[in-house]
Amino acid sequence: MSDVPMNERKLVGKAVRRREDPRLLAGRGRFVDDIALPGMLHSQFVRSTVAHAELASVDVSAVREVPGVVAVFTAEDLQLGDIVAQLGRPLSEFVPTAMPILARDKVRYVGEPIAIVVARDAYAAEDGLEAAKVSYATLPPVMSEEAAFADGAPLVHVEAAHNTLVDVSLFATEGIDRIFDAAPCVVEVDARTGRQNALPLETRGAVAHWDDREEQLIVHTCTQIPHQVRTVASRCLRLDERAVRVVVPDMGGGFGQKCVVGREEIAAAAAALKLRRPVKWIEDRKDALSASFLAREQHYRARAAFDTEGRILALDADVVCDMGAYSCYPFTAGIEPLMASAEMPGVYKVPAYRVRGRAVTTNKAPTGPYRGVSRPQYVMVMERLFERAARELALDPVEIRRRNVITDFPYKGVNNITYDPGSYLESLNLCERLVKDEGWYEKQTAAAAEGRHIGIGYSCFSERTGYGSAAFAQRKMQVVPGFDISEVRMDTSGAVTFTTGTMNHGQSHETTMAQIVADELALDIGKVRLHQGDTDRITYGFGTFASRSITIGGSAVRLAAAKLGDKLRAIAASRWGVAPDEVELADGAARRRNTQDVLPYTEIADIAYLQAHLLPKDIEPGLSATATFDVFNDGTFSNATHACVVELHPGTGQVEILRYVCVEDCGVAINPQVVEGQCRGGIAQGIAGTLFEQVTYDAQGEPSATGFMDYKVPTAHEIPDVLIHHLETPCAFTETGAKGAGEGGTIGAPAAVLNAVNDALRPTGVELDHTPITPETVHRALNGAPSLESSS
Amino acid sequence: MNTDPVATHADLQLVTLDVNGEQHDVITEPRRTLVDVLRHELRLTGTHVGCEHGICGACTVLVDERPVRACLMFAAQAEGTCIRTVESLSEDGGGELNDLQRAFTEHHALQCGFCTPGFLMLAEGFLAERPEATKEEIREVVASNLCRCTGYQTIVEAIDACATARRGACAQRCESKEH
Repeated sequence: MSDVPMNERKLVGKAVRRREDPRLLAGRGRFVDDIALPGMLHSQFVRSTVAHAELASVDVSAVREVPGVVAVFTAEDLQLGDIVAQLGRPLSEFVPTAMPILARDKVRYVGEPIAIVVARDAYAAEDGLEAAKVSYATLPPVMSEEAAFADGAPLVHVEAAHNTLVDVSLFATEGIDRIFDAAPCVVEVDARTGRQNALPLETRGAVAHWDDREEQLIVHTCTQIPHQVRTVASRCLRLDERAVRVVVPDMGGGFGQKCVVGREEIAAAAAALKLRRPVKWIEDRKDALSASFLAREQHYRARAAFDTEGRILALDADVVCDMGAYSCYPFTAGIEPLMASAEMPGVYKVPAYRVRGRAVTTNKAPTGPYRGVSRPQYVMVMERLFERAARELALDPVEIRRRNVITDFPYKGVNNITYDPGSYLESLNLCERLVKDEGWYEKQTAAAAEGRHIGIGYSCFSERTGYGSAAFAQRKMQVVPGFDISEVRMDTSGAVTFTTGTMNHGQSHETTMAQIVADELALDIGKVRLHQGDTDRITYGFGTFASRSITIGGSAVRLAAAKLGDKLRAIAASRWGVAPDEVELADGAARRRNTQDVLPYTEIADIAYLQAHLLPKDIEPGLSATATFDVFNDGTFSNATHACVVELHPGTGQVEILRYVCVEDCGVAINPQVVEGQCRGGIAQGIAGTLFEQVTYDAQGEPSATGFMDYKVPTAHEIPDVLIHHLETPCAFTETGAKGAGEGGTIGAPAAVLNAVNDALRPTGVELDHTPITPETVHRALNGAPSLESSS
Repeated sequence: MNTDPVATHADLQLVTLDVNGEQHDVITEPRRTLVDVLRHELRLTGTHVGCEHGICGACTVLVDERPVRACLMFAAQAEGTCIRTVESLSEDGGGELNDLQRAFTEHHALQCGFCTPGFLMLAEGFLAERPEATKEEIREVVASNLCRCTGYQTIVEAIDACATARRGACAQRCESKEH
């Protein structure tokens, strides 16, 4: 860590007002659909209407006759390279599959793009879609894990036997079966979680055009990973990577869905290249719901062994993730099963662990990352195991967790991960106290006496953030995300521009990263401005995901700012003829310690740029510095405990959330208000997946939800206020002491809500393990139905 | 030769819209929605499109001072009305944020900012109609629109704080008139 102590910081740790807000509030943000270029055309996609078929013929001749249509291209017309996401694992563990930009021989889900129609406006492009004639030789669709594994099942990809893309057993402690055989208490959970849409309110989209002067294809696209889009675009279009520039405007959320390379953005870029005219593609909501990247459909068969005191002895899990039709780039179909396998023991001292993680391919829209990636699911399963064991052993549910959470740090887990210090026990105890202090246990008892059903549920979890190259390399991804680069520049007015390879889409990086730089350089934050999301201005980056931006990006930013600070000190020192360590930076100037000598940055910058003859020989002209940062250990773990109080309504089966409490620890909070925003928004998304949202399909593979009438996104009516309490265990190896804070809310909510529902159901003897928990299920549970959860 | 585009293109029509106090003549297809005309013909891109079927409310604008989903209305249907978009809120046309906008930033009621113009116009219309709205009533109205980032709590708090401040300012004005 840098040597500036925290107590000398002026902005880090403060709820600084967001730099992003004025333009967004005034309606002056610039989102991708706000971009209009001269001569711009608009595109839409002819999409498969069947889930699984050989493409017999694609006849688009009539499309060209539709008024307003300018061009239509099929796979044959564009001849693009495929998107292939790779893991460096043997075929027995991972089967690579190609995702063509436009379907070539076969379609594998309803909504798969087959042809791109380009027209003078979006209305005419839609007209054009109607005129396309596609003949299908239909195949039986594979619509569930069971169907995929069945003997003689149709194959979604012929190369993937048993429709299995990933089958990895990362851990198997020797003698684990004997532990289970001898254990006094063994509990099991068979849990399924519904397929969900990350659902950024801004759908995906792109505007691409060829620039003759720069000899570049410029792709404006709303992506969390600008450089990876550039890499894929250049490879699919067979251009030098230099000839592609990806520029990301303001983004209306992403949550992981925009963290993979989309086929449509590449197709729109290809059309622009072919037509030499700007081409826009804006996904409509129907396509966003049915044909975008989805997530979270998982099945856990897990069991855990406990001693009579409630201490966990062993964990054994079989995880199957339904990845839909294709492997996403760059993460592959391994994203969910590998995350679950690597991290499932979580905050608990699990001495023995065996896990098998599989990715199954089905005829559904493909799976991509979604906020939390598998952690909302495995945390839910772990917390169910502990709740069940508490019931078996007649222990208090919080007490059984207290006996098992990691308390001695650093802790080397059975999953070969070293956990850095956190406040697992403290957060658990404080969260319980907050619930008790508000009298919820008394209220629960009183309500029960009136025949009402109030339940209290907890979830205790950690979230690995700051995955560096080392951690991702262990997954054996061929694209190993990890480091980040920042450049910090000062101009002659003493103002600073700095870059990051991360990509803000709501996380407030223009503010939080500016806080870091402003503190490091002792500048007013108004003098500091972030530039992001332009592959020509930023050497390289891995974008924003996995809560990596402040941990890794923010550290690179601080290191680069510190280097620039060194240079400012060195120049000032040379003017005064003293050693650099006699110079300090304060209030926008270099100051000679213990004197009144001051050299404002404007004067130092004048020397660095305009009077470079005044510089000593060993100092180069100009004021810029570049630094990289990577994490070479297992990353840093944020942690939290959530508590949820629900009331179940017997008439409607509604689950009403009466109270939600979150005690979180993300190390040094650069901006506590921003952290709270991440918590609240994350919890809302976690609740959404637990109680409301699910993408389902009929037997033919037709998605049931194509609009918000069929996909229930919770509103202010359903999402409760959240009481947040912060703890702070600074990270020892990020440059700011911060840990990531982007995903924790989403990770903790499903377990807390499900446990609360089960607590409220306690008198009925029913326990639920599947999400979403529908009103129908709750209604039946409260009204005495014996078997409640369907198997899918 | 007839150069009138409306006369030569049967599918086009001249629509006159009053937006933020300015008159605009737009030649457009009758099927174009109000939000598309605002965004793509008038280039008022502050109003956003989130679902195109009237659920999410990102496209909320005021039509004769009442909140309306601009994706559910054809531009032609808005002739003869007064339309207000988010661009009208800033007091000097883009520089100074108004009290509602300031409340949003103070309460961190926006993250990505995509849904924000819709919530601002929803709140502007609602508070004009019900300045005495309680926090619970505000929550009910906030439930008209979707936000994926904030969890809504801070949106409700921002609107409530703005409403409270406006009531305070109003009471003060009344008091000073009495004296």
